[in-house]
Amino acid sequence: MSDVVEKTLSALPGLFDSQTGAARITSRLRQLVKSITELTSKNEEESLIKQELSSMKEQVSSPNTSMMREIMVRAMYCEMLGYDASFTYIHAIKLAQQGGVLEKRVGYLAVSLFLNEGHELLLLLVNTVLKDLQSTNVIEAYMALTVVAQVFPKDMIPAVLPLLEDKLSYPKEIIRRKAVLALYKFYLIAPNQVQHIHAKFRKALCDRDPGVMTSSLHIYLQLITESPDDYKDLTGSFVTILKQVVGGKLPVDFNYHNVPAPWLQIQLLRILSLLGKEDRSTSELMYEVLDESLRRAEMNHNITYAILYECVKAIYTIHPKAELLEKAARCIGNFVLSPKINLRYLGLKALTYVVQHDAKLALQHQMTIIECLDHTDFTIKRETLELLFRITNAQNVTVIVEKMLDFLHGCSDEHTIIHLVGKVAELAEKFAPDNSWFIQTMNDVFSTGGDLLQQDVPNNFLRLLAEGSESKEEDDQLRLYAVNSYLTVLKGDASHLPQRFLQVMSWVLGEYAHLQESVDQREVIRLLTQLLDQRSVSSETRVWILSALTKISEGQTDLILDLAESLSSSQDTVLRQQAQELRQLSQDSQLYEWVLPRGAPWDSMEVDSSLSFLDGFVSEALAAGAAPYKPPHQRQEELCEDRALNLEPYSFSLPVSLSSCSITDRQSPTLLSVSSGLSGNSTELSQKAGSSTLILEGVKRVWGRDGYLRQNETTAPPVDEPSAAVQPSGQQEAAERLEPQPEPSTQNQDKLQLASSLFVGLGAGSSMSLLGKSEAPPPRFRKKPRPHESSSSSSSGTSERSSDSSSRSSHSTTDSFLYGSLLEEEPATSISAFSHTPKSSTANGLAQNKDTKEDRRANTSQILGGDMVIVRPNTFQDKHPSLVSSDLTALLPADLKDLPHSDVISLTSDPSLSLSSCRLFRDEALLLVILISNCTETVIKDVAVQLTCEELETASLRGNVMNCLEGNSTSVCHYALLMDEPHTNVSFTGTVSYQTQPGHTNTLSFSGTLSAADFIRPLVVSTEEYGKLWLSLSHDVKQNLKLLTDASDPLRTTLNALKDALQLHVVDIIGSEGIVACRLLSGAPCLLHCRVNGAALAMWLRSPHPALPDCILYHCQRALAQH
Amino acid sequence: MIKAILIFNNHGKPRLSKFYEHYTEDTEQQIIRETFHLVSKRDENICNFLEGGLLIGGSENKLIYRHYATLYFVFCVDSSESELGILDLIQVFVETLDKCFENVCELDLIFHMDKVHNILAEMVMGGMVLETNMSEIITQAEAHNKMEKSETFIFQCPRQDR
Repeated sequence: MSDVVEKTLSALPGLFDSQTGAARITSRLRQLVKSITELTSKNEEESLIKQELSSMKEQVSSPNTSMMREIMVRAMYCEMLGYDASFTYIHAIKLAQQGGVLEKRVGYLAVSLFLNEGHELLLLLVNTVLKDLQSTNVIEAYMALTVVAQVFPKDMIPAVLPLLEDKLSYPKEIIRRKAVLALYKFYLIAPNQVQHIHAKFRKALCDRDPGVMTSSLHIYLQLITESPDDYKDLTGSFVTILKQVVGGKLPVDFNYHNVPAPWLQIQLLRILSLLGKEDRSTSELMYEVLDESLRRAEMNHNITYAILYECVKAIYTIHPKAELLEKAARCIGNFVLSPKINLRYLGLKALTYVVQHDAKLALQHQMTIIECLDHTDFTIKRETLELLFRITNAQNVTVIVEKMLDFLHGCSDEHTIIHLVGKVAELAEKFAPDNSWFIQTMNDVFSTGGDLLQQDVPNNFLRLLAEGSESKEEDDQLRLYAVNSYLTVLKGDASHLPQRFLQVMSWVLGEYAHLQESVDQREVIRLLTQLLDQRSVSSETRVWILSALTKISEGQTDLILDLAESLSSSQDTVLRQQAQELRQLSQDSQLYEWVLPRGAPWDSMEVDSSLSFLDGFVSEALAAGAAPYKPPHQRQEELCEDRALNLEPYSFSLPVSLSSCSITDRQSPTLLSVSSGLSGNSTELSQKAGSSTLILEGVKRVWGRDGYLRQNETTAPPVDEPSAAVQPSGQQEAAERLEPQPEPSTQNQDKLQLASSLFVGLGAGSSMSLLGKSEAPPPRFRKKPRPHESSSSSSSGTSERSSDSSSRSSHSTTDSFLYGSLLEEEPATSISAFSHTPKSSTANGLAQNKDTKEDRRANTSQILGGDMVIVRPNTFQDKHPSLVSSDLTALLPADLKDLPHSDVISLTSDPSLSLSSCRLFRDEALLLVILISNCTETVIKDVAVQLTCEELETASLRGNVMNCLEGNSTSVCHYALLMDEPHTNVSFTGTVSYQTQPGHTNTLSFSGTLSAADFIRPLVVSTEEYGKLWLSLSHDVKQNLKLLTDASDPLRTTLNALKDALQLHVVDIIGSEGIVACRLLSGAPCLLHCRVNGAALAMWLRSPHPALPDCILYHCQRALAQH
Repeated sequence: MIKAILIFNNHGKPRLSKFYEHYTEDTEQQIIRETFHLVSKRDENICNFLEGGLLIGGSENKLIYRHYATLYFVFCVDSSESELGILDLIQVFVETLDKCFENVCELDLIFHMDKVHNILAEMVMGGMVLETNMSEIITQAEAHNKMEKSETFIFQCPRQDR
């Protein structure tokens, strides 16, 4: 094929006149192209195109349609070359609107190339699209669908949605297929709008045309990626489809190089791997078909390898099966050893993926990996380093980091540098063998990474130095080493060093230069001052340097005053300010002592992040008539609101007259929120410590060749390793493993050496454990827990305890209570002893809303301390609740019995404990009651429940820890949960730890979901109040919902159905309109205005909270769909 | 998802560019330049995959390209696409072009930009692979061509009235 192209291309010059294709080209475009190819410089091209554009401008002003098409093509050409032809946009829309089929086609094409989703001109196209979608001409409908899937304004989706849904049952399959993809596009840009048509997606999956089914897989891949649990029931269907495809049941048309529908197979394999992930029963369904796929895909063509690769990935993702894993491993071998470079690349990728599960596989291919490390191909090299990154441990870290840095030195691609440098820093921090190596490596990182470096890296590094570890001595050694190293660097030529590096150095010198007693502080000051004078140093860095100087200037007034003097006339205001500060401080040693106390622990610093000391100033300003502060996002929203389109016809009537409208300030000055900006040289640095990167530390090997590795049964390895020292044993091992290979030639010797150092400690876990060493040594630099999480406890007294636990004002102060105090004062309510009367709710123990680090640590250490660890994750599905005998509800404490509650749902169980939950709806909170039943005859001790949910706040909890649980009894523990930000669904996870025998801690984990509906409460208002509130609310959403038409009064029936499902308050129903109100617990209200509109219910929601209407709408749709 | 499809020649002159995500005009041109820069310095016998540059979205994205005589065909995709699958998709695309234009060459792409875009739209719609069956794509494209011919015939008389 490519040589055909080549041949044609060699005949290029003759083409202008002879080619049949070229003959029909309109003369103007041809001329344009011809003259462009003749040009020699960019300038000439620019002037030519400008000329062309102005002549086009003239032409479009006196249009005739046949010219228009040609002009559009020319405009596309100019736009492609990067010139602005925006004056043609409107004509493109016009062409799509008015032209015949042919013009339309060019018009639509031009629109999809010129405009983006947010472009305002696109709105003019909506009508055309609507018309064409309804057209009887298939081609027009076809073109309209194409443009809808490419660009369509988000606001206008409701307008075309019904038409698209109709198209799903259109007789022509190509139309159905495009409709499915267009809906998928809608799902991507506005998921809430298409919630109600999931059933139609299922229909598309079952379509008789394989093409339509294929396009529906795009949707399912997305949906399943988002929430695999909701689609487990489809596993069978996907497996059947794949079986049929692999078995060649599709028409021959779908074959590509004799492989049946390869792209379809790839898609299906991806879906299956998502479904089977960590799910044994689902995985079992697919073993057979995966095996079949592996077997069938043996032809030697590119595309079969694509299928094989997906297969391998799927096999390693789902619940493992030994036989398949073996085949997959062999397959990876084929990839890695393949002479084809593309396959080798994929092999490396597969290995990178697999080593997380089974590091030994990397050992088998170590020689290939080393070859790849020296490969000429940049991509291959990079992928190899990625693989090495994954297998790094404390023993091979120096070699691997050296390799990475080597690569970095010869690399010029910015993106790669940023990416890799971050990894090097991560490895250095995690596995550094000693101080000097660590500092040296970080120096390398800073100097190569330069100013491209992500801010995280220097931040983490400085934090590590500042916070230190457990032992002060070690910390000081590290700091001292850093100081020495930087002094050496600065004594050399510092002009070429990146700014970030200079900043790091100046901070460290400022903080810790005093540790180095042998160097005169004046010398340090001299070096830093020298740096200040350098031209290449940016003003930001100067600020860092100056603050470092401020810190070490004590007692060196003579040196400093000159400096402060010279800088106080600087152009830079920040520098000037600092120079002034410096001068003041150096003259007043008492003040200096107070501002910069030497050697004070850095975390004792208190930052008033609410800037409360400014309150007086703010209230004065407000009194003087200043506008109240609005956070940026609110300003943004208000801007957007002005631009939002009103989709409703103007005649829409409101139950309230506009005259009652009063403009209220939504933001009262007392609620002023000021985010504290941190200055660049503050020690309070970014908290998200490398969150984007993978954390390997402490990763357990969950499974290997033979399936899951039960953690408690470490199979004793064959005792063939002499109990030698660690390092030699690693090398020896590597050498032994190499024996079956052909005898290495002498020139390979150094490669072998490299191999032994690269792969040392890998897969040697068994022999390591023989030597009594743990497989993963603890990281050298262990970060201290963040101090804020516990430090505030001392500041607030216990007096708040008496305040109502659930009121919003107090739950913020409850942060200070720790589990510890709870334990003693509030014993678990044990139900077997019915005599216990629960205390009144005011006496409820308050608990901290987030688990403190201490708790978590205590918990893990407890787990590790036991001999046996049983972790059995169990997920329960909200959709199919298995009802536990309802007498469990009788166990609820008396004061809660009267509250409305849900059914009791079983959460999880194991032979000794069974957990179930029940939701109780209190006005200001949701009570999640967890019933813990002891199924055995014996007493279970030290039962502790821990619940985490990131999106929710725990206002109070009771009974989560109990000393003992009698046989066959049930204990109740309940959490009062608050939802501040609306979320459609939130999931919670938790663990119960307990001891059946002393020293044997068992852990049982559970999880579940709560929906926003659980947090919605009726808002009782009168019609007038409703009207006033309506006008004061800003965020609105409109949507048509299904109307329940099976009764005499459809509106009332529908509203009642919603009321039952969602606890809404129906305020009033007048004729065909109804108004409904609700709120999120005791927080933000949401008003719903419903109107019967034909067979649909037009619903208009308003709320002060932007996300709440969407959330409620979603649940309304669900409730109506289930009705 | 496919983020962008770029075709340029050995000198970096764009021959076709289709973006499925919104970038500003300037960024688009920069992406084309950057991509050309990345791709053109690669030897013939090394692999066809590249990590995306800075502009086109970092490590999530990959460039998958093929080089035919004077033209580079580059697909920029995210991690949800199979590398080898896309590589063959490019092959299908080029073969289809070859059939539709009877020995495709660089000039065909320039002069029939609209047609090439239409063929591409049959294969990839809004960043999703829609059709991979070559004969189906050709049938669709030819149906449109036929319609085009018949329409030019029917509407031979100028339609100034509209």
